[in-house]
Amino acid sequence: MSRTHTPAVSGWFTGEGDAFRLLGTRCSACASVFFPREDVHCRNPGCPGGGLEEVALSPRGRIWSYTDSRYRPPSPYVSDPELPWEPYALIAVELESERIVVLGQAVSGVTVADLAVGMEVEAVPGVLHEDAETTWTIWKWRPTGVTA
Amino acid sequence: MTADVAVLGVGMHPWGKWGRGFSEYGAMAARAALADAGLQWRDIGSIVGADTVRGGYPGYVAGATFAKALGWQGARVTSVYAACASGAQAVATARAQILAGLTDVVLVVGADAAPKGFFRPAGGDRHDDPDWLRFRLLGATNPAYFGLYARRRMAVHGDTLEDFALVKVKNAAMGALNPHARYRKRVTAEEVAASAVVADPLRLLDICATSDGGAALVLSSLEFARRRGVPRPVRIRAVSTVTPRYPSTVLDLPDIATDSAAAVDPPGETFRASIARAAYEEAGIGPEDLSLAEVYDLSTALELQWYEDLGLCGEGEGAKLLREGATSLGGRIPVNASGGLASFGEAVPAQALAQVCELTWQLRQAAGERQVSGARAGITANQGLFGHGSSVIAVR
Repeated sequence: MSRTHTPAVSGWFTGEGDAFRLLGTRCSACASVFFPREDVHCRNPGCPGGGLEEVALSPRGRIWSYTDSRYRPPSPYVSDPELPWEPYALIAVELESERIVVLGQAVSGVTVADLAVGMEVEAVPGVLHEDAETTWTIWKWRPTGVTA
Repeated sequence: MTADVAVLGVGMHPWGKWGRGFSEYGAMAARAALADAGLQWRDIGSIVGADTVRGGYPGYVAGATFAKALGWQGARVTSVYAACASGAQAVATARAQILAGLTDVVLVVGADAAPKGFFRPAGGDRHDDPDWLRFRLLGATNPAYFGLYARRRMAVHGDTLEDFALVKVKNAAMGALNPHARYRKRVTAEEVAASAVVADPLRLLDICATSDGGAALVLSSLEFARRRGVPRPVRIRAVSTVTPRYPSTVLDLPDIATDSAAAVDPPGETFRASIARAAYEEAGIGPEDLSLAEVYDLSTALELQWYEDLGLCGEGEGAKLLREGATSLGGRIPVNASGGLASFGEAVPAQALAQVCELTWQLRQAAGERQVSGARAGITANQGLFGHGSSVIAVR
Protein backbone atom coordinates (compact mmCIF):
# COMPACT_ATOMS: atom_id res chain seq x y z
CA MET A 1 0.00 0.00 0.00
CA SER A 2 1.42 3.35 -0.98
CA ARG A 3 0.43 6.39 1.06
CA THR A 4 0.71 9.99 -0.07
CA HIS A 5 3.29 11.99 1.89
CA THR A 6 1.68 15.22 3.06
CA PRO A 7 3.04 17.82 5.49
CA ALA A 8 1.04 17.88 8.74
CA VAL A 9 1.26 21.66 8.50
CA SER A 10 1.55 23.59 5.28
CA GLY A 11 4.53 25.82 4.46
CA TRP A 12 6.59 25.22 7.62
CA PHE A 13 9.25 22.97 6.05
CA THR A 14 10.45 21.71 2.70
CA GLY A 15 12.87 19.32 1.02
CA GLU A 16 14.06 15.76 1.45
CA GLY A 17 17.13 14.25 3.09
CA ASP A 18 20.04 16.67 3.45
CA ALA A 19 18.05 19.38 1.70
CA PHE A 20 15.36 19.38 4.40
CA ARG A 21 14.81 22.85 5.91
CA LEU A 22 12.40 24.55 8.27
CA LEU A 23 10.75 27.50 6.54
CA GLY A 24 10.06 30.84 8.14
CA THR A 25 9.63 34.35 6.87
CA ARG A 26 11.82 37.44 7.10
CA CYS A 27 10.74 41.07 7.12
CA SER A 28 12.30 43.00 4.24
CA ALA A 29 12.34 46.20 6.31
CA CYS A 30 13.85 45.11 9.65
CA ALA A 31 15.15 41.57 8.91
CA SER A 32 13.19 40.03 11.81
CA VAL A 33 12.69 36.31 11.27
CA PHE A 34 9.48 34.48 12.12
CA PHE A 35 8.81 30.81 12.77
CA PRO A 36 6.04 29.78 12.60
CA ARG A 37 5.82 32.00 9.57
CA GLU A 38 4.13 35.39 9.61
CA ASP A 39 2.81 36.20 6.17
CA VAL A 40 0.81 39.37 6.76
CA HIS A 41 2.48 41.74 9.22
CA CYS A 42 5.92 42.01 10.79
CA ARG A 43 5.54 41.63 14.58
CA ASN A 44 8.49 43.89 15.48
CA PRO A 45 6.70 46.86 17.13
CA GLY A 46 9.55 49.18 16.08
CA CYS A 47 9.25 48.28 12.39
CA PRO A 48 7.14 50.27 9.95
CA GLY A 49 6.34 46.92 8.31
CA GLY A 50 7.87 45.47 5.21
CA GLY A 51 7.12 42.58 2.91
CA LEU A 52 7.58 39.14 4.40
CA GLU A 53 9.72 36.77 2.37
CA GLU A 54 10.05 33.04 2.84
CA VAL A 55 13.42 31.94 4.21
CA ALA A 56 14.94 28.60 5.06
CA LEU A 57 16.12 28.43 8.67
CA SER A 58 19.55 27.15 9.68
CA PRO A 59 19.52 23.36 9.51
CA ARG A 60 21.49 22.95 12.74
CA GLY A 61 21.32 24.38 16.21
CA ARG A 62 22.09 23.62 19.83
CA ILE A 63 19.80 22.16 22.46
CA TRP A 64 18.30 24.88 24.70
CA SER A 65 16.44 22.30 26.72
CA TYR A 66 14.66 18.95 26.37
CA THR A 67 12.03 16.78 27.99
CA ASP A 68 9.76 13.88 27.06
CA SER A 69 6.14 12.76 27.12
CA ARG A 70 5.82 9.69 29.31
CA TYR A 71 2.04 9.71 29.00
CA ARG A 72 -0.10 9.78 25.88
CA PRO A 73 -0.95 13.41 25.02
CA PRO A 74 -4.63 14.18 24.53
CA SER A 75 -6.33 14.84 21.18
CA PRO A 76 -5.73 16.56 18.81
CA TYR A 77 -2.42 14.64 19.03
CA VAL A 78 -3.03 11.54 16.96
CA SER A 79 -1.97 8.17 18.37
CA ASP A 80 -3.38 4.67 18.20
CA PRO A 81 -5.06 3.94 21.56
CA GLU A 82 -4.81 0.21 20.75
CA LEU A 83 -1.02 0.33 20.85
CA PRO A 84 1.07 0.75 24.00
CA TRP A 85 2.28 4.32 24.44
CA GLU A 86 5.85 4.91 23.28
CA PRO A 87 7.32 8.04 24.93
CA TYR A 88 9.23 10.42 22.68
CA ALA A 89 11.64 13.22 23.51
CA LEU A 90 10.87 16.87 22.84
CA ILE A 91 13.79 19.19 22.10
CA ALA A 92 13.90 23.00 22.14
CA VAL A 93 16.70 24.07 19.81
CA GLU A 94 18.42 27.45 19.60
CA LEU A 95 19.39 28.47 16.07
CA GLU A 96 22.41 30.75 16.34
CA SER A 97 22.03 33.07 13.40
CA GLU A 98 18.25 33.47 13.75
CA ARG A 99 18.52 33.78 17.58
CA ILE A 100 15.32 31.76 17.91
CA VAL A 101 14.37 28.63 19.85
CA VAL A 102 12.26 26.06 17.98
CA LEU A 103 10.55 23.10 19.62
CA GLY A 104 10.26 19.72 17.92
CA GLN A 105 10.10 16.01 18.58
CA ALA A 106 13.32 14.04 18.59
CA VAL A 107 13.67 11.33 15.97
CA SER A 108 12.44 8.00 17.28
CA GLY A 109 15.05 5.98 19.13
CA VAL A 110 16.59 9.07 20.71
CA THR A 111 15.67 9.37 24.39
CA VAL A 112 16.39 12.03 27.01
CA ALA A 113 19.31 9.89 28.16
CA ASP A 114 21.00 10.62 24.82
CA LEU A 115 20.60 14.40 25.10
CA ALA A 116 22.34 17.30 26.82
CA VAL A 117 21.81 21.06 26.83
CA GLY A 118 24.21 22.56 24.29
CA MET A 119 24.41 19.44 22.09
CA GLU A 120 24.24 20.02 18.33
CA VAL A 121 21.15 18.74 16.53
CA GLU A 122 19.79 19.04 13.00
CA ALA A 123 16.31 19.31 11.52
CA VAL A 124 15.31 16.19 9.60
CA PRO A 125 12.11 15.01 7.94
CA GLY A 126 9.98 12.70 10.05
CA VAL A 127 6.58 11.08 10.28
CA LEU A 128 3.97 12.44 12.68
CA HIS A 129 1.36 9.73 12.05
CA GLU A 130 -0.19 7.66 9.27
CA ASP A 131 -3.73 6.88 8.29
CA ALA A 132 -5.16 4.73 5.48
CA GLU A 133 -4.17 7.05 2.63
CA THR A 134 -1.66 9.50 4.04
CA THR A 135 1.70 9.67 5.77
CA TRP A 136 1.63 12.98 7.63
CA THR A 137 5.13 14.46 7.73
CA ILE A 138 6.74 16.79 10.27
CA TRP A 139 10.14 18.15 11.28
CA LYS A 140 12.16 16.28 13.89
CA TRP A 141 15.43 17.02 15.66
CA ARG A 142 18.31 14.56 15.47
CA PRO A 143 21.66 14.83 17.27
CA THR A 144 24.30 15.38 14.58
CA GLY A 145 26.32 12.54 16.05
CA VAL A 146 23.48 10.11 15.25
CA THR A 147 22.98 8.72 11.76
CA ALA A 148 19.96 6.47 12.34
CA MET B 1 1.01 55.84 41.90
CA THR B 2 -2.52 54.53 41.47
CA ALA B 3 -4.96 54.90 44.36
CA ASP B 4 -5.68 51.85 46.52
CA VAL B 5 -8.88 49.85 46.62
CA ALA B 6 -10.07 47.95 49.70
CA VAL B 7 -10.51 44.19 49.96
CA LEU B 8 -13.70 44.09 52.01
CA GLY B 9 -14.36 40.40 51.73
CA VAL B 10 -12.83 37.15 50.49
CA GLY B 11 -14.31 33.70 50.06
CA MET B 12 -13.44 30.33 48.58
CA HIS B 13 -15.10 27.06 47.74
CA PRO B 14 -12.62 24.35 48.76
CA TRP B 15 -10.48 22.95 45.93
CA GLY B 16 -10.98 19.32 44.98
CA LYS B 17 -12.62 17.10 42.38
CA TRP B 18 -16.23 17.56 43.36
CA GLY B 19 -17.92 16.62 40.10
CA ARG B 20 -20.30 19.58 40.00
CA GLY B 21 -20.58 22.68 37.80
CA PHE B 22 -18.29 25.70 38.02
CA SER B 23 -21.15 28.12 38.66
CA GLU B 24 -22.01 26.32 41.90
CA TYR B 25 -18.43 26.71 43.16
CA GLY B 26 -18.37 30.36 42.11
CA ALA B 27 -21.70 31.21 43.71
CA MET B 28 -20.66 29.55 46.96
CA ALA B 29 -17.35 31.46 47.01
CA ALA B 30 -19.26 34.68 46.21
CA ARG B 31 -21.66 34.17 49.11
CA ALA B 32 -18.72 33.52 51.42
CA ALA B 33 -17.00 36.72 50.26
CA LEU B 34 -20.19 38.75 50.70
CA ALA B 35 -20.67 37.36 54.21
CA ASP B 36 -17.03 38.14 55.00
CA ALA B 37 -17.62 41.72 53.84
CA GLY B 38 -20.86 42.00 55.80
CA LEU B 39 -22.72 42.93 52.61
CA GLN B 40 -25.80 41.69 50.80
CA TRP B 41 -25.60 40.75 47.13
CA ARG B 42 -28.09 43.56 46.46
CA ASP B 43 -25.50 46.08 47.76
CA ILE B 44 -23.12 45.21 44.91
CA GLY B 45 -22.97 47.63 41.98
CA SER B 46 -20.90 45.52 39.61
CA ILE B 47 -19.88 41.90 39.16
CA VAL B 48 -16.79 40.77 37.26
CA GLY B 49 -16.49 37.10 36.32
CA ALA B 50 -13.25 35.37 35.35
CA ASP B 51 -14.18 33.02 32.52
CA THR B 52 -13.53 29.31 32.12
CA VAL B 53 -13.24 27.63 28.72
CA ARG B 54 -14.43 24.34 30.22
CA GLY B 55 -18.02 25.26 31.06
CA GLY B 56 -19.47 25.78 27.59
CA TYR B 57 -21.17 29.10 26.80
CA PRO B 58 -21.94 29.89 30.48
CA GLY B 59 -18.19 29.70 31.12
CA TYR B 60 -17.48 32.39 28.49
CA VAL B 61 -19.96 34.74 30.16
CA ALA B 62 -19.02 33.88 33.72
CA GLY B 63 -19.98 37.29 35.12
CA ALA B 64 -23.58 36.86 33.98
CA THR B 65 -23.62 33.18 34.97
CA PHE B 66 -22.64 34.02 38.55
CA ALA B 67 -25.04 37.02 38.64
CA LYS B 68 -27.92 34.79 37.60
CA ALA B 69 -26.95 32.09 40.10
CA LEU B 70 -26.93 34.69 42.88
CA GLY B 71 -30.24 36.12 41.62
CA TRP B 72 -30.57 38.93 39.08
CA GLN B 73 -30.38 42.27 40.86
CA GLY B 74 -29.40 44.58 38.01
CA ALA B 75 -25.65 44.96 38.72
CA ARG B 76 -23.30 46.04 35.94
CA VAL B 77 -21.64 42.89 34.51
CA THR B 78 -18.24 42.12 32.97
CA SER B 79 -16.64 38.82 31.95
CA VAL B 80 -12.91 38.57 31.29
CA TYR B 81 -10.56 35.87 30.06
CA ALA B 82 -6.77 35.65 30.24
CA ALA B 83 -6.13 31.95 30.87
CA CYS B 84 -4.31 31.50 34.20
CA ALA B 85 -4.22 35.29 34.58
CA SER B 86 -8.01 35.69 34.29
CA GLY B 87 -8.38 36.40 38.00
CA ALA B 88 -5.90 39.28 37.86
CA GLN B 89 -7.70 40.73 34.85
CA ALA B 90 -10.92 40.56 36.83
CA VAL B 91 -9.29 42.39 39.76
CA ALA B 92 -7.85 44.99 37.38
CA THR B 93 -11.28 45.55 35.82
CA ALA B 94 -12.98 45.89 39.20
CA ARG B 95 -10.33 48.29 40.42
CA ALA B 96 -10.62 50.45 37.31
CA GLN B 97 -14.39 50.67 37.76
CA ILE B 98 -14.02 51.70 41.41
CA LEU B 99 -11.26 54.24 40.75
CA ALA B 100 -13.20 55.68 37.81
CA GLY B 101 -16.15 56.21 40.12
CA LEU B 102 -18.46 53.92 38.16
CA THR B 103 -19.37 52.01 41.30
CA ASP B 104 -18.35 51.80 44.97
CA VAL B 105 -18.24 48.06 45.41
CA VAL B 106 -17.55 45.16 43.03
CA LEU B 107 -17.87 41.40 43.40
CA VAL B 108 -15.12 39.47 41.59
CA VAL B 109 -15.65 35.74 41.04
CA GLY B 110 -13.74 32.93 39.31
CA ALA B 111 -14.44 29.21 39.31
CA ASP B 112 -13.60 26.12 37.31
CA ALA B 113 -14.54 22.48 37.01
CA ALA B 114 -11.50 20.71 35.56
CA PRO B 115 -11.37 17.37 33.76
CA LYS B 116 -9.03 14.59 34.85
CA GLY B 117 -5.61 14.51 33.21
CA PHE B 118 -3.95 16.94 30.82
CA PHE B 119 -5.60 20.20 29.85
CA ARG B 120 -6.37 20.12 26.13
CA PRO B 121 -7.14 22.79 23.55
CA ALA B 122 -10.55 23.91 22.31
CA GLY B 123 -12.13 21.38 19.94
CA GLY B 124 -12.34 21.36 16.16
CA ASP B 125 -9.70 21.53 13.42
CA ARG B 126 -7.94 24.73 14.39
CA HIS B 127 -4.88 25.12 12.17
CA ASP B 128 -4.50 28.82 13.00
CA ASP B 129 -4.52 28.27 16.78
CA PRO B 130 -1.04 27.89 18.34
CA ASP B 131 -2.55 26.02 21.28
CA TRP B 132 -4.17 23.46 18.98
CA LEU B 133 -1.02 23.20 16.84
CA ARG B 134 1.35 22.44 19.72
CA PHE B 135 -0.81 19.48 20.69
CA ARG B 136 -1.44 18.31 17.13
CA LEU B 137 2.08 18.67 15.74
CA LEU B 138 4.20 17.97 18.83
CA GLY B 139 2.00 16.45 21.53
CA ALA B 140 3.46 19.19 23.72
CA THR B 141 1.34 19.15 26.89
CA ASN B 142 1.67 21.78 29.63
CA PRO B 143 3.93 19.49 31.71
CA ALA B 144 6.25 19.17 28.68
CA TYR B 145 6.93 22.90 28.89
CA PHE B 146 7.43 22.61 32.66
CA GLY B 147 9.94 19.84 31.95
CA LEU B 148 11.83 22.07 29.49
CA TYR B 149 12.10 24.87 32.08
CA ALA B 150 13.22 22.46 34.78
CA ARG B 151 15.92 20.87 32.62
CA ARG B 152 17.12 24.31 31.55
CA ARG B 153 17.50 25.35 35.19
CA MET B 154 19.45 22.18 35.93
CA ALA B 155 21.82 22.91 33.04
CA VAL B 156 22.23 26.65 33.62
CA HIS B 157 21.97 27.00 37.41
CA GLY B 158 22.85 23.52 38.64
CA ASP B 159 19.45 22.92 40.27
CA THR B 160 18.93 19.30 41.28
CA LEU B 161 15.93 16.98 41.39
CA GLU B 162 16.20 17.14 45.16
CA ASP B 163 15.89 20.95 45.06
CA PHE B 164 12.68 20.56 43.09
CA ALA B 165 11.36 17.92 45.50
CA LEU B 166 12.04 20.23 48.46
CA VAL B 167 9.68 22.81 46.95
CA LYS B 168 6.92 20.20 47.09
CA VAL B 169 7.87 19.20 50.62
CA LYS B 170 7.67 22.85 51.74
CA ASN B 171 4.38 23.60 49.98
CA ALA B 172 2.73 20.37 51.12
CA ALA B 173 3.68 21.16 54.72
CA MET B 174 1.96 24.56 54.47
CA GLY B 175 -1.00 23.21 52.48
CA ALA B 176 -1.60 20.68 55.24
CA LEU B 177 -2.55 23.67 57.40
CA ASN B 178 -5.04 25.15 54.89
CA PRO B 179 -8.68 24.00 55.06
CA HIS B 180 -9.31 25.20 51.48
CA ALA B 181 -6.51 23.12 49.95
CA ARG B 182 -7.25 19.92 48.04
CA TYR B 183 -4.15 18.02 49.23
CA ARG B 184 -3.64 18.29 52.96
CA LYS B 185 -0.97 15.65 53.56
CA ARG B 186 2.67 16.34 54.16
CA VAL B 187 4.95 14.87 51.49
CA THR B 188 8.55 13.69 51.76
CA ALA B 189 11.33 14.12 49.21
CA GLU B 190 11.41 10.32 48.94
CA GLU B 191 7.75 10.28 47.95
CA VAL B 192 8.41 12.86 45.23
CA ALA B 193 11.35 10.81 43.96
CA ALA B 194 9.24 7.65 43.93
CA SER B 195 6.40 9.18 41.91
CA ALA B 196 6.20 8.50 38.17
CA VAL B 197 8.11 10.67 35.69
CA VAL B 198 5.60 12.67 33.63
CA ALA B 199 7.85 14.97 31.62
CA ASP B 200 11.53 14.38 32.28
CA PRO B 201 12.97 15.53 34.69
CA LEU B 202 9.68 16.23 36.46
CA ARG B 203 7.63 13.67 38.32
CA LEU B 204 3.96 13.54 39.16
CA LEU B 205 4.51 15.21 42.54
CA ASP B 206 6.54 18.01 40.91
CA ILE B 207 3.57 19.03 38.75
CA CYS B 208 0.34 20.63 39.90
CA ALA B 209 -2.95 18.81 39.38
CA THR B 210 -6.05 20.27 37.74
CA SER B 211 -8.82 21.00 40.22
CA ASP B 212 -12.34 22.22 40.81
CA GLY B 213 -12.59 25.33 42.92
CA GLY B 214 -13.97 28.83 43.25
CA ALA B 215 -12.74 32.09 44.76
CA ALA B 216 -14.30 35.51 45.16
CA LEU B 217 -13.38 38.99 46.37
CA VAL B 218 -15.46 41.99 47.36
CA LEU B 219 -13.51 45.12 46.41
CA SER B 220 -14.54 48.68 47.23
CA SER B 221 -13.36 52.25 47.38
CA LEU B 222 -11.57 53.22 50.60
CA GLU B 223 -14.36 55.70 51.28
CA PHE B 224 -16.99 52.95 51.00
CA ALA B 225 -14.94 50.80 53.38
CA ARG B 226 -14.75 53.66 55.87
CA ARG B 227 -18.53 54.17 55.69
CA ARG B 228 -18.94 50.46 56.38
CA GLY B 229 -16.87 50.83 59.53
CA VAL B 230 -13.67 49.32 58.15
CA PRO B 231 -11.07 52.06 58.64
CA ARG B 232 -8.06 49.82 58.03
CA PRO B 233 -8.90 47.30 55.31
CA VAL B 234 -6.40 45.21 53.37
CA ARG B 235 -5.69 47.37 50.32
CA ILE B 236 -4.74 46.42 46.80
CA ARG B 237 -1.91 48.75 45.87
CA ALA B 238 -0.88 47.37 42.49
CA VAL B 239 -2.25 45.14 39.74
CA SER B 240 0.17 44.23 36.97
CA THR B 241 -1.38 42.91 33.77
CA VAL B 242 1.51 43.59 31.38
CA THR B 243 2.28 41.76 28.14
CA PRO B 244 5.74 40.65 26.95
CA ARG B 245 8.03 42.90 24.95
CA TYR B 246 9.40 41.91 21.55
CA PRO B 247 11.42 39.84 21.12
CA SER B 248 10.29 37.45 23.85
CA THR B 249 13.08 34.89 23.97
CA VAL B 250 11.89 32.41 26.61
CA LEU B 251 9.86 29.59 25.07
CA ASP B 252 6.39 29.97 26.55
CA LEU B 253 3.19 27.97 26.45
CA PRO B 254 1.60 27.47 23.97
CA ASP B 255 4.28 28.57 21.50
CA ILE B 256 6.26 26.28 19.22
CA ALA B 257 9.08 28.82 18.94
CA THR B 258 10.31 32.01 20.58
CA ASP B 259 10.51 35.35 18.86
CA SER B 260 13.73 35.79 16.92
CA ALA B 261 16.26 38.23 18.33
CA ALA B 262 18.09 38.44 14.99
CA ALA B 263 17.03 42.01 14.23
CA VAL B 264 16.21 43.42 17.68
CA ASP B 265 18.09 42.67 20.90
CA PRO B 266 15.89 41.16 23.60
CA PRO B 267 14.81 43.44 26.47
CA GLY B 268 17.06 43.40 29.52
CA GLU B 269 14.57 41.35 31.56
CA THR B 270 12.37 38.35 30.89
CA PHE B 271 8.61 38.64 30.65
CA ARG B 272 8.13 37.10 34.08
CA ALA B 273 10.54 39.59 35.67
CA SER B 274 8.74 42.47 33.94
CA ILE B 275 5.42 41.36 35.46
CA ALA B 276 6.82 41.81 38.97
CA ARG B 277 8.70 45.00 38.15
CA ALA B 278 5.51 46.65 36.89
CA ALA B 279 3.77 45.69 40.13
CA TYR B 280 6.61 47.00 42.30
CA GLU B 281 6.71 50.29 40.36
CA GLU B 282 2.99 50.80 40.73
CA ALA B 283 3.05 49.99 44.45
CA GLY B 284 6.15 52.03 45.17
CA ILE B 285 7.70 49.15 47.09
CA GLY B 286 10.35 46.56 46.34
CA PRO B 287 10.97 42.90 47.10
CA GLU B 288 12.73 43.88 50.35
CA ASP B 289 9.42 45.27 51.66
CA LEU B 290 7.48 42.02 51.22
CA SER B 291 6.30 39.80 54.06
CA LEU B 292 5.15 36.97 51.80
CA ALA B 293 4.58 35.92 48.19
CA GLU B 294 2.09 33.63 46.49
CA VAL B 295 3.57 32.42 43.20
CA TYR B 296 2.28 30.14 40.47
CA ASP B 297 4.02 26.84 41.15
CA LEU B 298 2.67 24.96 38.15
CA SER B 299 5.78 22.92 38.79
CA THR B 300 8.27 22.80 41.64
CA ALA B 301 11.04 24.11 39.35
CA LEU B 302 8.89 27.03 38.25
CA GLU B 303 8.53 28.19 41.86
CA LEU B 304 12.32 28.58 42.05
CA GLN B 305 12.21 30.61 38.84
CA TRP B 306 9.64 32.95 40.38
CA TYR B 307 11.93 33.63 43.38
CA GLU B 308 14.40 35.09 40.92
CA ASP B 309 11.84 36.86 38.76
CA LEU B 310 10.33 38.55 41.84
CA GLY B 311 13.79 39.67 42.95
CA LEU B 312 13.65 37.66 46.17
CA CYS B 313 17.16 36.50 45.28
CA GLY B 314 19.63 36.84 42.42
CA GLU B 315 19.46 34.89 39.18
CA GLY B 316 20.33 31.26 39.72
CA GLU B 317 20.02 31.54 43.51
CA GLY B 318 16.46 30.20 43.85
CA ALA B 319 17.47 26.76 45.09
CA LYS B 320 19.86 28.31 47.61
CA LEU B 321 17.08 30.56 48.94
CA LEU B 322 14.84 27.51 49.31
CA ARG B 323 17.48 25.42 51.06
CA GLU B 324 18.21 28.25 53.51
CA GLY B 325 14.58 28.01 54.58
CA ALA B 326 13.92 31.64 53.64
CA THR B 327 10.75 30.72 51.76
CA SER B 328 9.32 28.38 54.43
CA LEU B 329 6.93 29.43 57.15
CA GLY B 330 9.08 31.28 59.69
CA GLY B 331 11.62 32.23 57.03
CA ARG B 332 12.51 35.70 55.75
CA ILE B 333 9.96 35.63 52.90
CA PRO B 334 7.55 32.70 53.03
CA VAL B 335 6.40 31.70 49.54
CA ASN B 336 3.10 29.91 49.02
CA ALA B 337 2.05 29.88 52.65
CA SER B 338 -1.32 28.75 51.27
CA GLY B 339 0.30 25.54 50.07
CA GLY B 340 0.40 26.86 46.51
CA LEU B 341 -0.72 25.00 43.45
CA ALA B 342 1.15 22.01 44.83
CA SER B 343 -1.57 21.72 47.48
CA PHE B 344 -4.49 23.14 45.52
CA GLY B 345 -4.12 21.96 41.94
CA GLU B 346 -5.09 24.54 39.36
CA ALA B 347 -8.65 25.83 38.99
CA VAL B 348 -7.63 28.25 36.27
CA PRO B 349 -9.86 31.36 36.56
CA ALA B 350 -10.10 31.04 40.35
CA GLN B 351 -6.41 30.62 41.03
CA ALA B 352 -5.17 34.22 40.82
CA LEU B 353 -8.12 35.21 43.03
CA ALA B 354 -7.25 32.46 45.50
CA GLN B 355 -3.78 34.00 45.72
CA VAL B 356 -5.36 37.34 46.70
CA CYS B 357 -7.59 35.57 49.25
CA GLU B 358 -4.45 34.18 50.89
CA LEU B 359 -2.73 37.58 50.96
CA THR B 360 -5.87 39.04 52.55
CA TRP B 361 -6.09 36.43 55.30
CA GLN B 362 -2.37 36.79 55.98
CA LEU B 363 -2.49 40.60 56.10
CA ARG B 364 -5.47 40.43 58.47
CA GLN B 365 -3.42 38.09 60.69
CA ALA B 366 -6.26 35.60 60.21
CA ALA B 367 -4.42 32.72 58.51
CA GLY B 368 -4.45 30.45 61.54
CA GLU B 369 -1.65 27.91 61.82
CA ARG B 370 -0.05 29.04 58.56
CA GLN B 371 0.08 32.71 59.62
CA VAL B 372 3.17 34.62 58.49
CA SER B 373 3.86 36.62 61.63
CA GLY B 374 3.56 40.38 61.28
CA ALA B 375 2.62 40.23 57.59
CA ARG B 376 2.27 43.76 56.19
CA ALA B 377 2.78 43.45 52.42
CA GLY B 378 2.41 40.60 49.99
CA ILE B 379 2.67 39.91 46.28
CA THR B 380 1.01 37.39 44.00
CA ALA B 381 2.55 36.38 40.69
CA ASN B 382 1.34 34.34 37.79
CA GLN B 383 1.40 34.21 34.05
CA GLY B 384 -1.40 33.27 31.68
CA LEU B 385 -0.99 31.56 28.32
CA PHE B 386 -0.68 33.83 25.29
CA GLY B 387 1.22 36.61 27.10
CA HIS B 388 -0.78 37.59 30.17
CA GLY B 389 1.08 38.98 33.14
CA SER B 390 -0.60 38.79 36.52
CA SER B 391 0.65 40.22 39.77
CA VAL B 392 -1.16 41.86 42.68
CA ILE B 393 0.43 43.66 45.62
CA ALA B 394 -1.67 44.03 48.76
CA VAL B 395 -0.75 45.89 51.94
CA ARG B 396 -2.23 46.69 55.29
